[in-house]
Amino acid sequence: MAGTGHTQLRGDDVLLRVRDLVVQFPAGRKRVVHAVSEVTFDVAEGETLGIVGESGCGKSTVARAIIRLVDITAGEVRFQGQDLAGLEGEDLRRVRPSLQMIFQDPISSLNPRRRVRDVIGEGLAVWGDEIGSWSLDRIDELMEAVGVEARYGDRRPHEFSGGQCQRIGIARALALDPKVLICDEPVSALDVSIQAQILNLIQDMKRRYGLTVLFISHDLSVVKNVSDRIVVMYLGKVCEIGSTEELYSRPAHPYTRALLASIPEPAPTVDVSEGDIGDELPSATAPPSGCRFHTRCPRATDVCRDVEPVTEQIGDADHFVACHHPVAAEVAVRAP
Amino acid sequence: MAPDQTTAAPVPLLSVRDLHVRFPTERGTVNAVNGVSFDLYEGKTLAIVGESGSGKSVTAKTLMNLLPRSALVSGDVTYAGQDVRALAAAGTKHFFGVQMTMVFQDPMTSLNPVKRVGEQIAETLRYHLGRSRSAALEEAEDLLDAVGMPEPARRVMQYPHELSGGLRQRVVIAMALACQPRLLIADEPTTAVDVTVQKHLLDLLDELRRDRGMAMILITHDLGVAHGRADDVAVMYAGRIVETADARTLFVDMRHPYTEALLRSIPRIDDPVHHRLDPIPGRPPELISPPDACAFAPRCLYAQADCLDGVPELSGLVGLHRFACLHPTGTERGVAAATANRAAGVTVAGLPLTGDPGGAG
Repeated sequence: MAGTGHTQLRGDDVLLRVRDLVVQFPAGRKRVVHAVSEVTFDVAEGETLGIVGESGCGKSTVARAIIRLVDITAGEVRFQGQDLAGLEGEDLRRVRPSLQMIFQDPISSLNPRRRVRDVIGEGLAVWGDEIGSWSLDRIDELMEAVGVEARYGDRRPHEFSGGQCQRIGIARALALDPKVLICDEPVSALDVSIQAQILNLIQDMKRRYGLTVLFISHDLSVVKNVSDRIVVMYLGKVCEIGSTEELYSRPAHPYTRALLASIPEPAPTVDVSEGDIGDELPSATAPPSGCRFHTRCPRATDVCRDVEPVTEQIGDADHFVACHHPVAAEVAVRAP
Repeated sequence: MAPDQTTAAPVPLLSVRDLHVRFPTERGTVNAVNGVSFDLYEGKTLAIVGESGSGKSVTAKTLMNLLPRSALVSGDVTYAGQDVRALAAAGTKHFFGVQMTMVFQDPMTSLNPVKRVGEQIAETLRYHLGRSRSAALEEAEDLLDAVGMPEPARRVMQYPHELSGGLRQRVVIAMALACQPRLLIADEPTTAVDVTVQKHLLDLLDELRRDRGMAMILITHDLGVAHGRADDVAVMYAGRIVETADARTLFVDMRHPYTEALLRSIPRIDDPVHHRLDPIPGRPPELISPPDACAFAPRCLYAQADCLDGVPELSGLVGLHRFACLHPTGTERGVAAATANRAAGVTVAGLPLTGDPGGAG
């Protein structure tokens, strides 16, 4: 993988389109961390897009770049036709209510000194006059919607469990009636019995408030459960992208297959037997040439070291892979 | 529970009987472990599965004598015929860390950040086995090689921050193996690493256990890990083992409603997309002054009046399939209880059975 290319983009009627997104961080002594390198994908209205990959693959940075929590080095993030990459000041402020985020650690993402009612209502207090009428009832309604009793509104975050704090974080994100909800590892810090509650809640909120969801996780089972479409990332690049059904039943990229083969149990029903990939993630300050996965890839050849693969469609399915030697090569047809 | 010794079976390497651990706190006494008993035989892996607060890590720390002084411990822990708690009380050297060793979740906090990894491994060898400095350093390199560390000669000279998370955990495993332990306790050894690395580490632990005939206690919240890697599994809830059996039986033919609910609540890779999950309603139990009742009853779809009257005992013989439930799933009593509850629309503990049971506690 480690690919560039745009064949995976659909028409112009998508809600959010990320094109050739590059995010780099200075690492001192003139070195640069290539966190996200020419990533391209789009999200249709009402869709849930999962982004999956291991730590360091850039999945969280993509999410943060979309809502401009980190600076975009190059590329565009088009939301409802508007490029967010160049927005500054008041223009950026105006678009942000439409894009809201929930975070991995539900407790540290809430201000410990404030009552949860004020945490949830802060956006309304700031924006209330501009988005029209609102009242304190809106906060109660949100709390009930996410399953926290409104009478606990005067409590502070430490009085709630991790699962309830994540519910409060979701209520806060929904307060301004966003179009897009970005979930960055929303259940990783929760106990297994609570994870399912939060995953179901995200699905319910999506339906109730007509949200488009970007769901970032390292957990392939969780991502499969919530996503319509999935992007697999490795070291700042897109490996494979496609509908969830396609991607899990016919994984084509050696990295996707290695990820699936690593799931402890129960064993995936698809044959993902693949050569072993080592432990060592190459440095993001000096990423490998060609395909960034070639140093660990069991199928790598000389061309992988020299030439970066471009995403190509597999058959006529909603399935794109950036690999010189995809596993489904025998059935893959070059996209027109 | 009384010890059950009915047959002349081989002697277990580790035998735990009626272990209780309590912590006095300002808010009251926390009953962290409430009567845990199990046996572990040489060469076997026991997985202890549970959520935060279930007592799984406290159990491990009790075995390793790592609890704070304030902890109140009772019960018997026997290792190869020796009374482990007496050894701990006597301040015996060269037992903990030699005979039984432990690997922790976060390798960065179990390693000294300002000391080369070779020195850290060598330190163990010099202290416990009296090796000379140069012999210990050589052995450290061999140990790193044995845990699959690439270029061990170069790695011994590196500091922990120069290694990836997976390699750091290999260093910790090498340290744990330095004195040839017969029992390795791994407390969430792969929770802090990525899935591909997790697979390699679990493979490594498996291989080492087989080659050295070690016994292993694998503590995890991940049912997938327990399923794939353990001979026997014990499920803990509120400081008690609520069900224990060989791994296959436990995952296919479970009896305790908590085991069943836990398995149903996790998304699985072979579930269809957008499969509606069955969360466990409510929240984990209070460990300070718990009621004299089944701790899972408030969240249980099978709960009946007798569940609220005393804590159910773990049935059956140590070593066989045991479960602590009066209305076990997969039995007539369980089916009857679930049917009655569904008809009533509410369990005896007040849990509504209509609609989505995902509401907050």
